[in-house]
Amino acid sequence: MSETVIPYMVKPNPVTGIPNGKFAIWLFLASEVMLFGALFSSYVLLRTGAPHWPPEGGLSSEILNVPLATINTMVLITSSITMVLSWASCKLGDLRKFRMWMASTIALSFVFLVIKYFEYHHKFELGHYPSHDNFYAIYFTLTGLHGIHIIGGIIVNTFLLTIGTRMWKTDPEHFTNRVENAGLYWHFVDLVWIFLFPALYLL
Amino acid sequence: MSVEQQPHGTPNAPAIGPETGHAHGELAHAGPDHGHHELPFWKKYIFSVDHKVIGIQYAVTALLFLFFGFTLMMMMRWQLAYPGRPMPFFGRFFSDNVMPGGVMAPEFYNQLGAMHGTIMVFLGVVPLAVGGFGNFVMPLQIGAPDMAFPRLNLLSYWVFVPGGIIMLASFAMPGGAAQSGWTSYPPLSVIASSGQTAWLFGMIFLITSSLLGSINFIVTIVQMRAKGMTFFRLPFFVHAQLVTSFLLLLAFPPLEAAGILQLMDRLAGTSFFLPTGLVVSGEALKVAGGGSPLLWQHLFWFLAHPEVYVLILPAIGIVAEVIANNTRKPLWGYRLLVYSIIFLGFMSFVVWAHHMFMTGMGTTMSTFFQTTTMIISVPSVIVVTCFLMSLYGGNIRFTVPMLFATAFLPMFAIGGLTGLPLGLTASDIYLHDTFYVIGHFHYVVAPGTLFALFAGIYYWYPKATGRMMNSTLGKIHFWWSFVSINFVFMPMFFQGMAGLSRRLYDPTVYAHGRGVQPLNVVISWAAWSLGLAQIPFIINFFMSLKNGARIAENPWNATTLEWMAPSPPGHGNFLTEPIVYREPYEYSVPGAKQDFSPQFVAEA
Repeated sequence: MSETVIPYMVKPNPVTGIPNGKFAIWLFLASEVMLFGALFSSYVLLRTGAPHWPPEGGLSSEILNVPLATINTMVLITSSITMVLSWASCKLGDLRKFRMWMASTIALSFVFLVIKYFEYHHKFELGHYPSHDNFYAIYFTLTGLHGIHIIGGIIVNTFLLTIGTRMWKTDPEHFTNRVENAGLYWHFVDLVWIFLFPALYLL
Repeated sequence: MSVEQQPHGTPNAPAIGPETGHAHGELAHAGPDHGHHELPFWKKYIFSVDHKVIGIQYAVTALLFLFFGFTLMMMMRWQLAYPGRPMPFFGRFFSDNVMPGGVMAPEFYNQLGAMHGTIMVFLGVVPLAVGGFGNFVMPLQIGAPDMAFPRLNLLSYWVFVPGGIIMLASFAMPGGAAQSGWTSYPPLSVIASSGQTAWLFGMIFLITSSLLGSINFIVTIVQMRAKGMTFFRLPFFVHAQLVTSFLLLLAFPPLEAAGILQLMDRLAGTSFFLPTGLVVSGEALKVAGGGSPLLWQHLFWFLAHPEVYVLILPAIGIVAEVIANNTRKPLWGYRLLVYSIIFLGFMSFVVWAHHMFMTGMGTTMSTFFQTTTMIISVPSVIVVTCFLMSLYGGNIRFTVPMLFATAFLPMFAIGGLTGLPLGLTASDIYLHDTFYVIGHFHYVVAPGTLFALFAGIYYWYPKATGRMMNSTLGKIHFWWSFVSINFVFMPMFFQGMAGLSRRLYDPTVYAHGRGVQPLNVVISWAAWSLGLAQIPFIINFFMSLKNGARIAENPWNATTLEWMAPSPPGHGNFLTEPIVYREPYEYSVPGAKQDFSPQFVAEA
């Protein structure tokens, strides 16, 4: 569509040391930090303003399923490792291994979502919807938004695993950069969960 | 000789008219096998990836929204000047729901107020200043062939458009558009009619669009500058866009978070912003409670204060370009200006709660935010002072852009200085939420920012179209607008000091309102006069497309890179690779052949 050559799409800019895409993804992550930062701050403000937390009494760790969340934490951390391995395989020029590791990443993301589904389902069975009280409201909003980010990651990674792989033949370096950028995003999504888990389940 | 008739070519670039301007430079080609082929209409003008087309799309859309937002206000001004009287002529076009018997219903008045603010800020000024000028001018000024991510750029415009359509369509929702003010304070906004939900969805689109745009801007400015374009050779406009983009990038997400929370409150029945024991129309609201309306205010103003600088920084950038060009001398204190706006950008994140002195957040908080507010006024004063010093001793050409840019200075100064009493709690407690506040921030954004944007339109129109705008019509537009707009906003200070509240449907219900009611009549007639004053501009804008004097690359004898490209620039922008030899505003260099030494000319 465009005939214009955009410099530093693949090769790093000598001044900044990174190509455009990587720079953009870091900026995007900065804005994501502000998004989740604002939500975490809202959580802190609501919690400190409440006479009791959770408002219905008891402890967060008793209301939410800590063992399942622990498993989910391990699942996400593992998926971050497989993500790095898929990028490393690209760097080593091994597309077969890339496919294997990327497929594992996507599979682990689905495992995370399935476990999350069981957690949500259990809450709904008890009649605990977001409107129940602010504890559930913040729980569903934060984990829900995080879940949407997981789904976004699955879409990007599935693209890279399927149609996106075509670029490997024409421009392997560009493709590798794309995998790296998707990885940066994925690690961020992972990191958000690392904060969410203790903040919501344990504290 | 008037400037309009000077088709000055630049010394080492062949003068190329607009017809041949679409030729491609070698730099712009993807490869030798890519011939020059015409794109189909929809790819060239509708879904274009060219930053210039997208910039013009943004600018034209934004101008339409500005005019629409202004029309809403002109309608409100009837109710304010003649409360309860049926609106002549125009009243008959509205249904009885909103204007029974031609008299504006209070709910409709609230909708107009909320949507005026929303449209002017998010659909008018920001898309024009950042989406329009930023997209069109910035890549040209840094010598880039396009934005770093052309398709992302296309996407950001086409995410902005549905946001605007949702906002407009919300007038047709049951209960009408949002009516809780552009600030959407809960709990009222949470229990308001469905127009508020549309507002929130619209905002999420607009926020996403700004986010994509700002990432694109920052990457482009940092990564894609031409050879020799160092940080301190960037035109000031580019610096302003860079700081603006950072503000958009980091300040908008908290509003997105707030929007998500308010949507949850409205759709999922949560009570993030609803306190315990809220009673609405005599009935206790059936929600869990425990939320905090103040939380919304913090999240909202965390965006909305930096947003003020998003509105003003590109305007300052435009004024800098126009002043340097028309005083024919270097911008005074260029580096100081750059440092000032970077500092301004940082500080704008720590002043937000000065909008909230009346919320009872405590004296410690108030003291902190008063202090930061006083600090942030320093760089703003430095900016205005640098511009004044730039005028001093200059050989000023009063072209139309220069008229607007010169008027910007006192207007912005009035807006800024009248803000000081609002930044101090003692005086703010009295002035808070009165017409004084309206007068203050409109002086900043209307005769301030909007005048600067008009300066930008007159200044870069020749670059975008290859033709000059008519300067007589431009001068009529300027003087008529300048006089009218001061009659609109100056009386508001007096109304505010008399204690008139800003959100009153009928100011005459209070005795102190009746005292300043004659001023409301003056303001309204001035506002309608201001509306008429835009007619010469609209005529000029369209007529000049056909009848304007043709120009070559550099009609203003300017120094920055955009004037090296053909007018209008073709796809890929430059015919030869731009190389930057000097700082941006080298006017009247001693010993030079002419009074301007462009950045792109090796020896001048």
